[in-house]
Amino acid sequence: MYGYTGKILRINLSTGDVKTEALDKELAKLYVGGRGLAEKMFSNEVDAKIDAFSPENKLFIATGPLSGTPTPTGGRYMAITKSPLTGTIASSNSGGRWGAELKFAGYDMVIMEGKAEKPVYINIVDDKVEIKDAAHLWGKMTSEATKMLLEEEGEKTKVLNIGPGGEKLSKIAAIMNDYDRAAGRSGVGAVMGSKNVKAITVKGSGKPEVADKDKLKEVVKRSNAKIRENGVTGTGLPTYGTAVLVNIINENGVFPTNNFQKATFDKAEEISGETLAEKHLIKNTGCFGCPIACGRHCEVEDGIESGGPEYETVWGFGADCGVSDMKSIIKANYWCNEVGLDTISASCTIAAAMELYQKGHIKDDELDGLSLEFGNNEAVIEWTKRMGLREGLGDKMAEGSYRLGEMYGAPELSMSVKKQELPAYDPRAIQGQGLAYATSNRGGCHVRAYLISPEILALPEKLDRFDVAGKPEWVKIFQDLTAAIDSTGLCLFTSFAMTADDYADMLSAVTGFDYTAESLLQAGERIWNMEKVFNMNSGITPEEDTLPPRLLNEEIGDGPSKGNKSLLGEMLPAYYEVRGWDAKGAPSQDKLNELSIK
Amino acid sequence: MGIKIRLFATLREGRGKEVEIKAGEGMTGSELINTLEIEEKDVAIFLINGKDATLEDTLQEGDVISIFPPVGGG
Repeated sequence: MYGYTGKILRINLSTGDVKTEALDKELAKLYVGGRGLAEKMFSNEVDAKIDAFSPENKLFIATGPLSGTPTPTGGRYMAITKSPLTGTIASSNSGGRWGAELKFAGYDMVIMEGKAEKPVYINIVDDKVEIKDAAHLWGKMTSEATKMLLEEEGEKTKVLNIGPGGEKLSKIAAIMNDYDRAAGRSGVGAVMGSKNVKAITVKGSGKPEVADKDKLKEVVKRSNAKIRENGVTGTGLPTYGTAVLVNIINENGVFPTNNFQKATFDKAEEISGETLAEKHLIKNTGCFGCPIACGRHCEVEDGIESGGPEYETVWGFGADCGVSDMKSIIKANYWCNEVGLDTISASCTIAAAMELYQKGHIKDDELDGLSLEFGNNEAVIEWTKRMGLREGLGDKMAEGSYRLGEMYGAPELSMSVKKQELPAYDPRAIQGQGLAYATSNRGGCHVRAYLISPEILALPEKLDRFDVAGKPEWVKIFQDLTAAIDSTGLCLFTSFAMTADDYADMLSAVTGFDYTAESLLQAGERIWNMEKVFNMNSGITPEEDTLPPRLLNEEIGDGPSKGNKSLLGEMLPAYYEVRGWDAKGAPSQDKLNELSIK
Repeated sequence: MGIKIRLFATLREGRGKEVEIKAGEGMTGSELINTLEIEEKDVAIFLINGKDATLEDTLQEGDVISIFPPVGGG
């Protein structure tokens, strides 16, 4: 096969069996790779009703057909499993170099099933695959474990691992790789921990074959030129990183502050991308094959440097917790990476805990002397550590904000959808983004359909963010195209510059399959519907396609978006109709047949 | 009339973060960016008091204008 290596590595942790299998070419044509293909295989193999922490759950680490090829940003992978946080299918994406290295070792994906009796790590060097003892690594922070593994397996090895957060089954635990890249969302790190797998190390000496090298050269040249010349990917992201959004979102009055109690933060400038670049940035960094290099590298404290923080992280530990000290945010981000927690869910859980404290649900005697007041710099650093290590109240917080709220009889203070914390945009005055949040197949998330692009950034065109007209159609197209891009193995940021035609041409040149923009979008729609079917089978109810009550019932009370609330109820029925689903949001049999979903 | 302009990202280079100007009645967004020597192609987001506006719109006394070049993230 071209693009794909054609080989899957399947590891049964209960028995120690390791085998390789051939990739199903016909299924690959329908579901592309990465998110789509691995999710389809996962849903064929795993009963949707299982407990996410049972040995019956599986964890797929999957690349796409473009991973490891000379395409721009082809270094990514997807972690696919049933989420312990949301109960939905989870597909969590990460950059760095690990994904490309797995392809070089000769595999499209690794499937982990069962549960190891004691802590192990998996070492992959081309055809040689070993399950090795990880007793000495268990309990170690991710950077220390990475250093130890590089010493043991050689410095050219790429390391993917979990921290104490994943080991201790925090439902918001991330899988980390290459030190500071994260498959952050939906608790995928906890599933890895539940299988007693600390790390996967990989080193490869091959590379994927390409079907049409001349055509690929032409389309890569064209796409790289677009990425270079585009204001967002060519200048904005490399210069300021993703945190350039802080001021934009705040100026629009949709920058959630103090757990979404306000929509503007008066100290936004202090935590902006501009301030980060001016005062804290050491260098910007790029993932494998990336011409954008949006990654930040900042000084944490004397002698310690770390990757990040990204926009969502700056917002979460910053405005959402009322904190304006960038150094504290950089430290909290560093500790998230070390203990292996998702920065969005971790920061939002602290913000929710702060409101639970503010409203008298959490009492002083539970805090062990560590304040939970909004605006406390120390709190975002120390509570992150305690969450990762499950110390004191951190034990409850490790369950995520929704379950934390439930424990105190106030789940409505969790700003989440399907129990996953919402990111950094108040949907009360960005109507399409609200619909995208409510209908996301993995719960609260901005990268399942980034309506911020047209509603705030005017890309590819400006939509009225206060208006609901046309939003169901826009959300569907964004969801479908995103699902397709996620399945190629490329980074979503390329879509600021590249079009569906560019992706289709790239995929055709690499795989030899015949993709068009239309067939690629249909593959995305197929993936979206397949995910939805899994979620319905797992017990997710139609009532869960919603937003937190605050965002539906309480108007924004400050700033330029004052007086607005989400009009989800007006958009949801139209969205289901646009999707060809029934009034309860279930795909019709006709729709499933049309998309060849079996 | 007095108008406050907030500039972001690369538009700050050589201009600073915030500029206050005295403008004549009826000044448009286009005239404003000409005054600031900002090219139209470098204006991706143009807000008047936090609401989307166009360069054809007329400015009023006390308006706060926010101007962003093409940027994104997420």
